[in-house]
Amino acid sequence: MSDDFRGTPLDAEDFEKGKVLFTRDEPKAEYAWDTGVAIGRYLQELKNGRLIARNCVKCRRVMIPPRMHCEWCWRPTDDWVYVQDRGLVNTFSLCYITWDMQRLKTPEIPAVIEIEGASPGHGIMHKLGGVDPKKVKVGMKVKAVWKPAEERVGSILDILHWAPT
Amino acid sequence: MRKVAVIGAGLTKFVRRAKETAKELCWAASKAALDSAGLTLKDIDCVVHGTAPDAFDGVHMKAEYLSDGSGAWKKPYFRNYVGGGTGVYAPIHGWYHVASGMFDTCLVVCEEKMSSCQPHPQGAFLTIFDHTTERPLGPNLLWIFALEMNRYMAKHGLTLEEIAQVSVKNKRNAKDHPSAQLGADLTVDDVLKSEVLAWPVHRLMVSPTSDGAGAVILASEQVAKRLTDKPVWIEGVGWCLDSAYWTNRDLYYPKYVEYAARMAYQMAGIKDPRREIHVAEPYDPFAYKELHHLEGLLLADKGQAPKLMSEGFFDRENGQIPSCPSGGLLGVGNPIAAAGLMKICELFWQLRGEAGKRQVKNNPRKGVAQAWGDLMQVGTVVVMGR
Amino acid sequence: MTRRVAVVGIGSTPARTVTPELSYRELTYDAAVRAYCDAGVEPRDVQSFVCCEEDLNEGISISDEYTPDQLGAVLKPVHTVGGDGLHGIADAVMEIMTGLVDLVVVESHSKASNILTPHHIVSYAMDPVWNRPFKANPHFVAGLEMNRFLHETGTTAAQCAQVVVKNKRNALRNPAGAHAADLTLEDVERSLPVSEPLRELEVAPASDAAYVVVLASEERAKSLKGRPVWVKGVGWCSDTPTLESRDWARAEYAEGAAERAYRMAGIRNPSEEMDVFEVDDTYAYKELQHLEALKVFGRGEAGRATERGITSATGDVPVNVSGGALGAGHQLDATGLFRVVELVLQLRGQAGERQVRGARTGLAMSWRGVPTTSGAIVILGCE
Repeated sequence: MSDDFRGTPLDAEDFEKGKVLFTRDEPKAEYAWDTGVAIGRYLQELKNGRLIARNCVKCRRVMIPPRMHCEWCWRPTDDWVYVQDRGLVNTFSLCYITWDMQRLKTPEIPAVIEIEGASPGHGIMHKLGGVDPKKVKVGMKVKAVWKPAEERVGSILDILHWAPT
Repeated sequence: MRKVAVIGAGLTKFVRRAKETAKELCWAASKAALDSAGLTLKDIDCVVHGTAPDAFDGVHMKAEYLSDGSGAWKKPYFRNYVGGGTGVYAPIHGWYHVASGMFDTCLVVCEEKMSSCQPHPQGAFLTIFDHTTERPLGPNLLWIFALEMNRYMAKHGLTLEEIAQVSVKNKRNAKDHPSAQLGADLTVDDVLKSEVLAWPVHRLMVSPTSDGAGAVILASEQVAKRLTDKPVWIEGVGWCLDSAYWTNRDLYYPKYVEYAARMAYQMAGIKDPRREIHVAEPYDPFAYKELHHLEGLLLADKGQAPKLMSEGFFDRENGQIPSCPSGGLLGVGNPIAAAGLMKICELFWQLRGEAGKRQVKNNPRKGVAQAWGDLMQVGTVVVMGR
Repeated sequence: MTRRVAVVGIGSTPARTVTPELSYRELTYDAAVRAYCDAGVEPRDVQSFVCCEEDLNEGISISDEYTPDQLGAVLKPVHTVGGDGLHGIADAVMEIMTGLVDLVVVESHSKASNILTPHHIVSYAMDPVWNRPFKANPHFVAGLEMNRFLHETGTTAAQCAQVVVKNKRNALRNPAGAHAADLTLEDVERSLPVSEPLRELEVAPASDAAYVVVLASEERAKSLKGRPVWVKGVGWCSDTPTLESRDWARAEYAEGAAERAYRMAGIRNPSEEMDVFEVDDTYAYKELQHLEALKVFGRGEAGRATERGITSATGDVPVNVSGGALGAGHQLDATGLFRVVELVLQLRGQAGERQVRGARTGLAMSWRGVPTTSGAIVILGCE
């Protein structure tokens, strides 16, 4: 192999000072995704202050977020099942930066929360709050903190965060 | 099944921001690969392009735009993508172009120009999450890595020191790679002292964002034997995609990598990978991922990769299965698809004994390269041999 | 071809202008259930899955993440191609020809109705430095091309309008004819100009649908209950992506793709050896330009043939009996599979009131739309 590889690095400073020519364009990519049956109902129930799942009688599985077919056995799922707004922290992180690499003083705490009433290991991604970041542990019990009913719109953000019980 | 060989490889330098346009990077890598095989574009029957996602370059149908840079003018041209797994999937795609008997030669090009995405390439990853159930939370890419790493560590009781040694090894290996963006001599302490981005992920456990391209030339057995004395054969290919419902899966083990590896090993006739694989290029965008993937590739038992690594089992100098002798994504850089193909290039050079200062000492006859991607759900695996 | 490949199952949801009742995953599941049922296979029997889509059409980066669940493809070999559905078929054919796999599924869907800024999305496919700063509606590329095509071939605007009348009428007999209409030549000619000489009714409007196609090796196909439809030839080709250096009158990508597909299928005289054609008509003139590139007609002859009714559903060379994209809607990268599904129905004799009598061999051709020069061809036949 040759060691003479092409590729010319540009200096970040030259780029920021405009010494390098470039064009700029802001995407205007907008979508309105049809929620469909399963997620449509999921959002509706979030507005009602409840979590709903679907079950598959063949796989004996209660799954959240709900879906109209089971990806394991590939049959249509069978019933709507309300599950608890409580759960266990399956895994979490203390995130000190924003997506564009700005530092945060207080970390965000994303977590996968296994939902009580859904099958073991079945959770959703959300954020923890009302807790000292240093005290968060895998396996910790948490409960949803909801927005007031009049402010809920049918969104995953109708849950403000999950706090330890 | 027709035999398919890699007969040429080329890379650009991997840099934070390249002066070259995306098309020019494609051209540079393709030209280098053609030169190394002693071919010109006229000898190429078809072109395969791997790149993901379009948001980096800000170009819709990005591969269409890149096609002339990749030498596809008036040729059958295909773009494939499986997120971060693309770089190792692209040669698989090229493999069946040739193995099918439809073509005798194939140019495989992978490119990513992440610097085009402002203010930060991470912006392109904001939209990988479910648009209704996850995106409103404002997740960034580090979240999922941190969540997976934490799960892996919690399940096996691993320490941050054990994870940090991957960065030390790979950044040191990368010092000898002419493409490398971040080769360095570091200690485990340096890694652990670097700032926490998303606990448990520290800054020096993360691969950089990069611009770069890579290319390889594939040829049928007949053509390969005519053109080179040292063909490197693609002996096994495997790929696998797990469910997108990642919060319903246990993240501690990459089952999809294992399935892809088993598919590739079976095709290559490998029964005991720990004895039969001599050099490995597992995917290492984050330090823990290399360990995770060594386990998925069945080169270590579940939870045992960190221990083997501390014993030197995966060292380039005297290890039994040198892992990421190139320096990996942590050291060489991570222009997503091109980084995966860089691993294929590395195996090509290692198996031909042309890796220079990076050459592993165990006279390798078989190697495995692997990439990973999407929402922690893709495994792509290629076994190569001479 | 060393190893023969057949289409053994098709499944689709009918094209519609909007599909608010289902998410794209639910829509795709519907199509997949129909396809597996049609083929008489279970998803667990399938050894590889190919999905055809582009991130910006989905509004998802790395959109291949969301492909496996609705296909029964969890923990299976799945990959995505940034290509039309016909590219996907070509991909599956190659996979089967290697001998590695025997049963492969190709999927593509369109939720075009969910894209609120479609022209912006298409304009992002333009060269970001050279072309995008003009901020022009991307249909201008078609206007430029149409003008040069008319100029060089002597094709008339009225002949292009006739394509619209024909295809939209054909769509009246197709349950998937989302944009069917009974129009006159004058209706088309009176519609507003988009980018002269291109008029509004000559642009295929968008629609939603999902398609799943099951392909099998000869051996596997013969073990299944249904009658296989054989893949006789595939071809695909890309010309230059730049607007500055292309031939504006000819569809050279289609010529390149046809040459390969015809060689594989052993076809010398396309209009005589094939009975039914589903050819890209994203813009009305494109059907004519493509038919000439495919050598179905000589240069400058497709327009006249259309006027004389040769390409009508009952003519000697029926083109877009389904209604094509003008009649059923442009379905993003799923449009190619819409055409494959129509061919399979025709070759099986299941096309109902739009059945072309005695159809034994057919051709589907797709183009990836402006500003691309990529196209693919699949030739199918029954025995």
